[in-house]
Amino acid sequence: MASIQIDDKSIDFQPGQSIIQAASNAGVYIPHLCYHPEFTAHGSCRVCMVEVNGRQVSACTTEAQDGMQISHMSDDLQQTRKQVLEMLFAEGNHVCPSCEKSGACTLQSVAEYCGMLTAEFTFQYPQREIDASHEDFILDKNRCINCELCVRASRDIDGKSVFAIAGRGGQAQLIVNAVDGQLGSTDFSVQDRAASVCPVGSILPKHYGFVTPIGQRSFDLKPIEQQQVSGHEG
Amino acid sequence: MTKITIDPISRVEGHGKITLHQDENQRITQARLHISEFRGFEKFIQGRPYWEVPVMVQRLCGICPVSHHLAAAKAMDRLVGVSQLTPTAEKMRKLMHFGQVLQSHALHFFHLSSPDLLFGYDDEVRHRNIIGVIEDHPELAKQGVLLRKYGQEVVRMTAGKRIHGTGAVPGGINKHLSITERDELLKDIDQIISWSQNAVELFKTIFLRNREYHEQFALISSNMFSLVQADGALELYDGGLRARSADNALIFDQQNPEKYLDLIHEHVESWSFMKFPFIRSLGVDKGWYRVGPLARVNNCDSIDTPLAEQQRVEFKALSADGIVQYTLAYHWARLIEVLHCAESIKQLLHDPDLQGEDLLVKGDMQAVGIGVIEAPRGTLFHHYEINEDGLIKKANLIVSTTNNNQAMNESIRQVADVYLDGRELTEPLLNQLEVTVRAYDPCLSCATHALGKMPLQVDLIDHQGHTTQSLSKA
Repeated sequence: MASIQIDDKSIDFQPGQSIIQAASNAGVYIPHLCYHPEFTAHGSCRVCMVEVNGRQVSACTTEAQDGMQISHMSDDLQQTRKQVLEMLFAEGNHVCPSCEKSGACTLQSVAEYCGMLTAEFTFQYPQREIDASHEDFILDKNRCINCELCVRASRDIDGKSVFAIAGRGGQAQLIVNAVDGQLGSTDFSVQDRAASVCPVGSILPKHYGFVTPIGQRSFDLKPIEQQQVSGHEG
Repeated sequence: MTKITIDPISRVEGHGKITLHQDENQRITQARLHISEFRGFEKFIQGRPYWEVPVMVQRLCGICPVSHHLAAAKAMDRLVGVSQLTPTAEKMRKLMHFGQVLQSHALHFFHLSSPDLLFGYDDEVRHRNIIGVIEDHPELAKQGVLLRKYGQEVVRMTAGKRIHGTGAVPGGINKHLSITERDELLKDIDQIISWSQNAVELFKTIFLRNREYHEQFALISSNMFSLVQADGALELYDGGLRARSADNALIFDQQNPEKYLDLIHEHVESWSFMKFPFIRSLGVDKGWYRVGPLARVNNCDSIDTPLAEQQRVEFKALSADGIVQYTLAYHWARLIEVLHCAESIKQLLHDPDLQGEDLLVKGDMQAVGIGVIEAPRGTLFHHYEINEDGLIKKANLIVSTTNNNQAMNESIRQVADVYLDGRELTEPLLNQLEVTVRAYDPCLSCATHALGKMPLQVDLIDHQGHTTQSLSKA
C-alpha cells in the first residue's frame, strides 16, 4: 500500500485521499478550520498548511502521493498558523469571554492548540450586524470567519443555498440568500446540516446560550487534537 | 477658593479621586468623590442577544461578578416569562450568591481594611497593608485568605469558574451541585463559620476599644435602603424594597423591586461619571441614602441564621434610637453578613434540592426584564428592554456603589472638616480620607483591583488653579 511519512510516522493511504484525510485516518491531527470531511475541500483558511519536500501546501487540497515526506508541526508552520489565526481574530469581533460558543469553538480551540495567546495585528473592530430575524436561530456576523462550511452544507447537503459569500478580500462577508437578506425570510430550519456545522459562534440556536456548564463543553471534555481526527468531526 | 485633589484613592476597588474645595477662610465647602472611569456597558450591550447578558455584564467587575451575573439573570427570567424558578435553580443561585458575598466581604475586610484597623491609620504606609498583616498576624491573615478561597470555591462549583462563570441562565441554572462537590464544601464549613465568628469578635473588640472615636469618625446621618424578606428578615438574593429614614421611620416597605423607578431617581453632576440616586418622595437634597451591609443590617428585623442573629441584636444595641449610623460600623455589619453567609451555606448544603435535575423553566417572552439583588456593596438594579427579535434595545444598571455616592461625599466632607488643618496637607489627613471611603467598600470602576499599584497623589490647588503643594505616597 502507498504511504506517506508525516514527521516520524509512516501512514498508509487510499489513492485520491488528501494529506489531511490520510493523517486524520491515522489519528494525526493537522489543525484546520474550513476543512470538514463531509464537504469538498476548500483550501481557503490556510491553517492546515504542511511542508512537503520543503514547500508549504494546504493539506486539505493536496493529494497524498506515495513517498511524500511531510512535516506538519515545524516552528515555521506553527508560526504561519498563528499569524493566520491572529488575522482572523483581528478581522472580526471575537469576544471569547462573553461568547456562548466558548469551550466549544473550533477557532478558539485551534488557536489554543497552535499557541496563539493574543492577536498582534491591529484589531479592525468591523461594524457587523446580528441577524436575529429567524425564529430559532441567530446569525452573528461578528464571529464569522468566512470558512463557507454553512455555504457548502446548505448548498450540497440541504439543497437550499441559504448562505453565500459576497465581496472580495477584506470586504468578503457571509450573506443570506433572501430578498431582504434576512435569515428569517429563508426556509432555513433546525434540521438543516448548515444549522449545526458552524465552527464558531455565528450560527447559533436562539434562546439557549450557556446551557452547557463549564467543564462539560465540547473541548472541555476532549481536546481538539483528539476530536477532529478519524471521522469524529461534528 | 482652594481645591485639594487626592488621586487615586488606594486600597479600594477601581480608580477614583477626591477633591476638597475650600473658601478663602479655609473652610470645606464641597467634598467630591470623582469616578474618573467610564465603562459604557449599558451602551455596548445594545443589539446583543438577551441570553448573553448575564455572562457579558458580569465583566463589569472582577470582585463581585456574581452579583451582576445574578441580577442580570433575574432580569432575564422576567424576559422569558418566568417568575418562579425550580427549587434546584433557586437554591443553586442563592448558594452561588452566599459564596460570592462571603468571598467579597472577606477580601475587603482582611486584605483591604484590616491593616487600618489593626495597625492604626497613622501606621507607616509600607507596613499598613496585607503584607504587614501576614507578617504580624499570620494566623489571622491565613484565615482571611482561606475564607475568601472557600467563597470562591462555592462560586466555582455553582457557576463553573471562580470568576466570570456561566451558571445562571435565563429561567434557571445550567448545573446542579454534585454529591462530590457538596461533600467537598461540607468538609470545611464548620471551620469557616468559626473563623467568621472570630472575625466579628475581632472587629467588635477593635471598635469598642476606642468606641467614642470610632463612632464619631465620618459620622453622618442617612436614610437606609435595602431588600428585605417578606417577614422583614435580612435578604441578599430577592425580596421587597425597604427604606428607613435617619430617625428610624419606614419610608416605604415591601415594595416590588420591579417598580424601582417609582421609588428612586438618579441625579447627574457634570464632574463625575457616577450618578446620584435619591428617594423620589424625599427629593434630591433629603432623599439620598446608604446601601450595603450597614443599611441591610439596620433595615432588617431579624437574620434567619442563629449566630448572625445574635450578632445583629448586639450590633443594634450600639445605638439607643435603634439605627446605627456610624460609618465604621459598616465593617461590623459586613462581618455579621459574612457569618450569615457561612451559616446559610451550611444550611443549603444539607438541602437535597441542590442535587435536583430540574434546572430550567420557560414562559412567554416579555419585552422588559428587571432584576434587583443585594450585592456585597448594596442594592444592585439591572433593567433591560428587548426588541421583538430578542436583542437588547435598552439597559439601565444602577450599581451598588452608585447608591452610596452622596453618602460617601458627605462622609468625606465630615472627615475633612474635622481633620484638615488650614491649608496644610498632611499624611494623617490622607489616611483618614482613605479610611472613610474604604469603609463603604466602594467598587469604583467595577474592575479588577490592582493591589499595591496605585500611588496616592494629592494636589493642593489655589483658587487661580496653581498647585501650591503636592503630596504623594507610593
